[in-house]
Amino acid sequence: MAAFEKLVRQYERQVFRIAQHIVQNREDAEDVVQDAFLKAYEKLDQFQGNSKFYTWLVRIAVNEALMRLRKRRTGRMVSIDEDVATEEGSMPRDLADWSPDPEALYGQSELAEILKKTIQGLPPGFRVVFALRDVEGLSTEETAEALGLSIPAVKSRLLRARLQLRERLTRYFKRGARGQSKDGVK
Amino acid sequence: MTCTEFLQQLDEMLDPAITGPLRAELQEHLHCCEHCEITLNTTRQTIEIYRKHEIYALPEDLQERLHQAILEKCRGCGK
Repeated sequence: MAAFEKLVRQYERQVFRIAQHIVQNREDAEDVVQDAFLKAYEKLDQFQGNSKFYTWLVRIAVNEALMRLRKRRTGRMVSIDEDVATEEGSMPRDLADWSPDPEALYGQSELAEILKKTIQGLPPGFRVVFALRDVEGLSTEETAEALGLSIPAVKSRLLRARLQLRERLTRYFKRGARGQSKDGVK
Repeated sequence: MTCTEFLQQLDEMLDPAITGPLRAELQEHLHCCEHCEITLNTTRQTIEIYRKHEIYALPEDLQERLHQAILEKCRGCGK
């Protein structure tokens, strides 16, 4: 148990963030983290050791989070493939350049709200790929393993997630947003 | 290279470890396409902003509570 507690301490923050990215709700994320660690503990003897413990744990947590989403949506199926067939975001539409210091346009809490709201607009299957690759820093291979996706599928979703987020953030960060003049000075 | 082809390879430009002829071809497209340059730069910024601002950070008090709850569940599972 002492060794497992060490693993809990090591990974609980990351698993919580990943769960939040999927379920978008703190209470559900707490439940997901608890259930994911419990499942990992119960199945520890099934852990093969040919993948990293963290990747294995993330896979359990992602499945728990998707199940939680399904429960919240009163039984409607939620899968990693939901809404990913859309072509939206394949081509950038808003080509405006951003303000030289976009983060300075907003206060800390306002900025956090913008970032949350923006990522919440993505389908879960895009959100989770972006969260694992770009926020948590997993490799493409680790992300594919954790999500049970092929490497080309991870790459394709990551590209579309990045482009869609960029497109949506442009509304808030482009030059002229918040009454800035073209050189970025109010 | 067209803008669509450039966008399909955007990841290559975002990964500084990738070098070689493809990168050179992408760079060449950037020199003559302002739209793709903006897309590349703002996509890079998008990633940096999300990395920098931990929007779902676990507050310390919650972390302790969660930590204890996890251990309790594991101890109680009879394994």
